[in-house]
Order: sequence, then C-alpha cells, then structure tokens
Amino acid sequence: MSEQARRSAYFDAATASPLHPAAREALIASLADGWADPSRLYTQARRARGLLDAARGATAEVLGVRPAELTFTASGTAAAHLAVLGGLAGRRRTGRVFVHSAIEHSAVLHAGDDHVSAGGQAVSVPVDRLGRLDEDTWRAAVAADGVALAALIAASHEVGTLQPVTQAAEVCAAHGVPLLVDAAVIAGRTPLPTGWSMLTASARKWGGPPGVGLLAVRTGTRFDPPQSAHWSQPERAAGHGPGAPDLPAIVASAAALRAVWAEAEAEAARQRKLVDRIREQVAATVTDVEVVGDPVDRVPHLVTFSCLYVDGESLLRELDRHGYAVSSGSSCTSSTLEPSHVLVAMGALSHGNVRISLHREVTEEQVDRFLAELPGIVARLREEAGVTGL
Amino acid sequence: MSGATEPHELDCLGQRCPLPVIALARRLPQVAVGEVIRVLADDPAAALDIPAWCRLRGQEFVGSPAEYAFDVRRSS
Repeated sequence: MSEQARRSAYFDAATASPLHPAAREALIASLADGWADPSRLYTQARRARGLLDAARGATAEVLGVRPAELTFTASGTAAAHLAVLGGLAGRRRTGRVFVHSAIEHSAVLHAGDDHVSAGGQAVSVPVDRLGRLDEDTWRAAVAADGVALAALIAASHEVGTLQPVTQAAEVCAAHGVPLLVDAAVIAGRTPLPTGWSMLTASARKWGGPPGVGLLAVRTGTRFDPPQSAHWSQPERAAGHGPGAPDLPAIVASAAALRAVWAEAEAEAARQRKLVDRIREQVAATVTDVEVVGDPVDRVPHLVTFSCLYVDGESLLRELDRHGYAVSSGSSCTSSTLEPSHVLVAMGALSHGNVRISLHREVTEEQVDRFLAELPGIVARLREEAGVTGL
Repeated sequence: MSGATEPHELDCLGQRCPLPVIALARRLPQVAVGEVIRVLADDPAAALDIPAWCRLRGQEFVGSPAEYAFDVRRSS
C-alpha cells in the first residue's frame, strides 16, 4: 500500500463521510446561481429557487417522501431539535410525555431535556445487551396516557444494532402516537423503515457537505416548530429552515444522495463483508476485547469494540499516528468526560472503545492493514501501562 | 485483615478510567475465592466498567452499596 493510501485510512464515516465526487461537482456548479435568495421575485432568485426545488425533488425521491414533506435544515442536529420540539408542541393538547429509546442521538435527548425543563415529561425505554430496544417496555410506555411523541433511532451511530422500527411504529399507530425516526446512520445506505411520522437525517453522513440536515414530516402530522414565529410561511413552503438556505450545499447533498443510492446495495454488501471480517479478526487476534452490538442484525458499515485496560484516548492517538482515523465512546474522549450513553444503556465495557465506520472509499487493503497492525498497537499500549497478564 | 463480612477496600477515588479496573484486576487474585473487594471509584465510567469487567472475567459483581462504591466477589 502506498504511504498516501495508508495515511488516508479514514474510518469515521458515521461522523462525516468524505465529500462524494458528485457532491463536489454539484457544489462547484451551483455556486454560480446558488448565492441568490430563492424567495425573491427576480430572475436570479428564480434560478436559485429552481436549484432548491430540484434538490428537494431529487432528495424526496430517494427517501420515498413527497417533496412538500421535506425540509432542509442547517444540520442533522437542527433537524432533530425541530422534530422533537415541533412534534411535542403540535400535540400539547393530547399530552406532554415524550417516549424515546435510551440510545437516541444526544440531539434528541437534549431536545427532550428542554421539554422536561419546560414542564414536560420524558420516558426513556431501555435496550438489551446487544443494544436492541426492549419492545415490551416500549409498548407499555407508548400505551400510557398523555404520550405526545415517541422517538426511535433507526440504528445507533455508536453501535449499529438495527432497531425494530416497524414493530415500534405499529405500536405507535395503534395508540395514535406519532413516531420520529432518526435515520442519520442508514439514509443513503439501506432502505428506510416505514410507519414513521417524522424522519431526520444528515447529509455529511452520506457524502454530502456539512451543514445540511433533513427533516421529513408526513402530511397530516401535527407539527408546531419552536421557531414558528421566526420561520416564515414562504420559507417553510420552499422547504428550508429559518433564514437563507445554503443552496450550493443543499444541491451537493442531493447529488451525493442520488449517487450513493445508485450504488447503495453493492456498497452495503461490500462493507458488510469488511465489517464481518473486522468483527471476527478483532475478537480472534486482540486479547481481552469485547466486540459490541448485534453481530447480524446491524447496519452494514459500522462496528464497535472495547479493549480491556486500554485508555480510549491513547488508543485513538496511537491509531491516528499509524494513519487510522476512528471514533470512540470512551469517557476520556468525550467533552463531558462521561462514557457514551449508548454503551451505558447496553452495559458494555466503555474504556478502550473504538468505533469504525466505513464508506465507499475504504478499501479492503486498508482494512486488512488495520487488522494486521491493531493487535500490536493494543499490546504495546498495555505494555506501556504495565497491564499485561492481568 | 478483614473478616468474612468485612470487604477488602480498594481506594481508587480520583483515578480516571481504566485505572480502577486495572487496580481491581491486580488486587482480586490476592483475596480468597468467595471474598469481596469494595472498589471506591468516582470516575463516571467505573459504574459501567466494573460490572462489565466482572462479566468478561467471570467474577461476581455484587452491587453498588453506595455512591462511588462497587462490591466484587472473587468467584474463581
């Protein structure tokens, strides 16, 4: 492998995927017209509006929603906040309870905290050791009085176990409770689940640029977004959040989505094999390691494991030094110094934690090189810390 | 030495993860099978990692009798 290929072993697609070539092309091409405000009435604005409409249409088509149901937001986080707070406010007369899984993205949990601070209630539904929703508890929580909204992530971006969204949606439908699905991990990679009322995603996860989130709200869903006073009707109708949209980024996101979706099935199969190999090899060659999450019922591109007695920050730095960019749920790598709430919910070992998430540019060679080097890197760190043979 | 009902104490207060687990792994072989070590640890990861270590190592996590205290029984 060339030194350059080794240096660019980027394994953190679940944070952000490298910009797709189609996105780069569309981004540059749309700079010519994308600067104008699409809500004005002159020629330049109409051109900009044309770009926005085309991007909305293309995105809606891939996601299987109607263009009118789709809004571009400033990030996946912004989409999640909007969905949670708007969904709860839209049903405030029915109740003030927000039911969610314990492994939602922190953006969803933070919006839930805001709801609780404002006098609402939140009910967290646990997951099992593999990170899968406890369906019995979910059923009871959704059936309770006063539930305004339920949220279930399609799969946690930290562990990758697929959630029983279809079953959870059936429970919600039986009780007339709208379901929010955070689909950031799977959008553009695998078919979306059905039965949801609101869905969010983030373009940088599929190879679009940062700064573009998606919110889909099914027609008929009660939705009363918090910024409604500052979010004009024309903006809402055009399908973007409050303020001027970043049109070149939106156009690029749509182009990337269309491109990745065209190759999604083949890529998912290729990445699934690589992840299978990582799961098997890591467990076989690294001593005292726990590979977490469901080995079969999972997203194709993501794998997480924890190495006993190794501190996550040292491991990340050492891997980076060897040319591997990975993420971690260990507390020492988080800004709050708390372990990942997802690992906590699963009862998984949290230190020495590594998350690997693949994308279309990751090669088999990079993965094999990583698998060859990892056991030595972990062993050296343990040796340095004097924890061998424990 | 502590008696049968008095657990051995392992003070890891102020230590960051994974140090409390490492200290436990070093200390446990030094107590008799059936005896309990009480790990004192205030790192936020300890509440997760000590039970997880017990699971991986086939030792018994007895419980957390108080905040920042975790009892582990040597079972093998």
